[in-house]
Amino acid sequence: MEVGQMQRQWMGYMKSLFMEGFLDGQFLQLQQLQDENNPEFVVEVVSLFFEDSERILKDLSFAVDQQSVDFKKIDAHVHQFKGSSASIGAQRVKNACIAFRNFCEEQNIDACRSCLQQVKQEYIHVKNKLETLLRLEQQIVAAGGSIPMMEWN
Amino acid sequence: MMNDLRDKFPIGMRVLAVDDDRTCLKILEKLLLKCQYHVTTAQNAITALNLLRENKNNFDLVISNVHMPDMDGFKLLELVGLEMDLPVIMFSANDDPKMVLKGINHGACDYLLKPVILKEVQTIWQHVIRKKKTSKRSNHDAANSDSGNGIDSAVTGSSDQNERPSSSRKRKEKNEDDDEENEDDHDNDDPTAQKKARVVWTPALHRKFVAAVNQLGIDKAVPKKILDLMNVEKLTRENVASHLQKYRLYLKRISEGENQQANMAALLGSSSDTSYSGMTSLGGSTQFHNNHYKSFASNGSMSSIFNTPANVNMHGFSSSGTPLLNHTHNNQLKFQSAMTRDNLNDVLKMPISSAGLDQLLHSKGITVSTNIQTMTNKFPDYYKPKVTMSCTNNAFILESNPQEKQVAEGYKNLASQNSQYLPSLENRRCNDIWSNTMQLPGTNSYLPREGFGHGSASHKDNRNAAMPHTDAHEFCNNVPFQGWDNNHNNHDASYHSSHVVGSSIGSMIPAVNAVEPEENLDYSYCDSLQMKRDRTTELTEGSSFNPHQAYMMNNQMKFQNSGISNNPGSLEDAVRDMIKQKQLYANLSGGTM
Repeated sequence: MEVGQMQRQWMGYMKSLFMEGFLDGQFLQLQQLQDENNPEFVVEVVSLFFEDSERILKDLSFAVDQQSVDFKKIDAHVHQFKGSSASIGAQRVKNACIAFRNFCEEQNIDACRSCLQQVKQEYIHVKNKLETLLRLEQQIVAAGGSIPMMEWN
Repeated sequence: MMNDLRDKFPIGMRVLAVDDDRTCLKILEKLLLKCQYHVTTAQNAITALNLLRENKNNFDLVISNVHMPDMDGFKLLELVGLEMDLPVIMFSANDDPKMVLKGINHGACDYLLKPVILKEVQTIWQHVIRKKKTSKRSNHDAANSDSGNGIDSAVTGSSDQNERPSSSRKRKEKNEDDDEENEDDHDNDDPTAQKKARVVWTPALHRKFVAAVNQLGIDKAVPKKILDLMNVEKLTRENVASHLQKYRLYLKRISEGENQQANMAALLGSSSDTSYSGMTSLGGSTQFHNNHYKSFASNGSMSSIFNTPANVNMHGFSSSGTPLLNHTHNNQLKFQSAMTRDNLNDVLKMPISSAGLDQLLHSKGITVSTNIQTMTNKFPDYYKPKVTMSCTNNAFILESNPQEKQVAEGYKNLASQNSQYLPSLENRRCNDIWSNTMQLPGTNSYLPREGFGHGSASHKDNRNAAMPHTDAHEFCNNVPFQGWDNNHNNHDASYHSSHVVGSSIGSMIPAVNAVEPEENLDYSYCDSLQMKRDRTTELTEGSSFNPHQAYMMNNQMKFQNSGISNNPGSLEDAVRDMIKQKQLYANLSGGTM
């Protein structure tokens, strides 16, 4: 596939991610922060996000499975996850976290468990999407092209 | 280090970014680098503190997450303010106004919401400048005053202007040679004031105090030993004793944790640090600037700010008037302990009835051009300037015994007559309320009306003209209350106010008169601060004024003033009220009263 085609494909994919709410403006900011000084910035940040998220999800699973549930701890985890997903622009994950926190406040353990499932699902979705997107970017760059700048209204 | 980069400021500004979340930290780092700041990151508060302690001069600004595993971000905020006196910006994924308020109380210069965006980060350098301006003015220990000066002039033309008048005023007032350093530990003797030497508890002095206490161990810290360790000329055991009492109360307050009520109380009662009169924006991004917030021990002890201050302090006041009336002497102590660190002696800023004030002033050869009473009559009910009563400032009360009662009476009168005009107590620190001068237009001597539009310089001049040496003019608080909205400016203003209040006598509640351009506030703030520091008359424990009396009067006023909201209510209610007020106010006036 030639570069132009890859770039168009990338753009189409990005647009769909935005339309479907997987990503929001924050992700665009990340893209914009990437520059010659730091050409791998987005990849690095996203990788960190994946690592941290997986750790948080593990901690969360552990916490909700406890006999006596520590809602404060769960809330702290979810809060952090909300922060990192918001920072990276993973909108749906962030929203799922918000819902999760509400149930934590209510101390509704069943709702919390199901929220956790939701959050996990959303995370897996966005993870796949991002990996696809970044792979596309790699291919573009490898083929000598540059990643288009996107403006999102 | 700053000097090298002065010309290119804020390029190269050294920021310490703290967040346990690696993703957010990396993004923040990149944002800061994009602004051409120099960035150091830390993943936890302890690391951050160690970095800071290693060399305080390595950093210009700290930006930290609120929720961290090893230490509460607010605690870090306090410590940084206390020990290093650096501006601190908080950020969080939590936009709960209570959190923002907490940030303010702990002295944050600003409070950002995650996800942090580039625009927000681009302007954080202003906190450094502001802080330097205040520090420079108030802290002769400040090492960065030089660079601050340079930056100030480069950045804001009027800053110099501000400084000069206040300097001259100071000189006039105190017959002192050193200008900006009004915070000298030793410069207490105002020839025109009463005989008692007043101690100004500057951040520097307080730091010495805290260091001494820590060295001795809080349990073993007795005034005599503390005094010896501190080794400060002219400081007496009594000074230390009273300060220690306040400090203990402060510690107790902190350890009791914060609840809503406490926050409100602190908000209302504490002047020091930065309690801002509950200015928070509801929802949305909350930015406030606590510029001068000097951290001192308060929870917010001034960090700076605002912060924010933040940001910041809880004192015994609750937001409702009723409980306050029932408060005992205990509360009063707490109240006092909430006083600004800088000026723990600022006890009560009580409103002064115009009559009483006039008389006092006249007795000193000062003419108040506008009668406050008249002022209140002029405005329709709904237009309630949030004027803070002129802090009676101990100066008045202390200056002459015979006038004490009169002034006190005056306060009472003013309170009852003007209760409707008093700012909502819920959201204001008591000190703030009382300390601010009545921002009434036409009162040349007081109102920094010019301040709104023109910066503090003009109002300073006014003050100088009208009141050569009394402290009254110091209260011409020219920091208008900016209201609650998310407007950066607004927060700034309020922050400034609170800062001023906190640091100085603790009360300069910005009058909610106008929406003032940010820069003006800044100047005003500095001015007020300057003025405050100039004041040598602080209420010492042994003063003739009866703090308790004042306290009660204060409370009465507060009670009467619950026009805004009769129920102590929640913070949100208070804030809503404030917003309503502010909106009314904003609708009515373009800015100057």
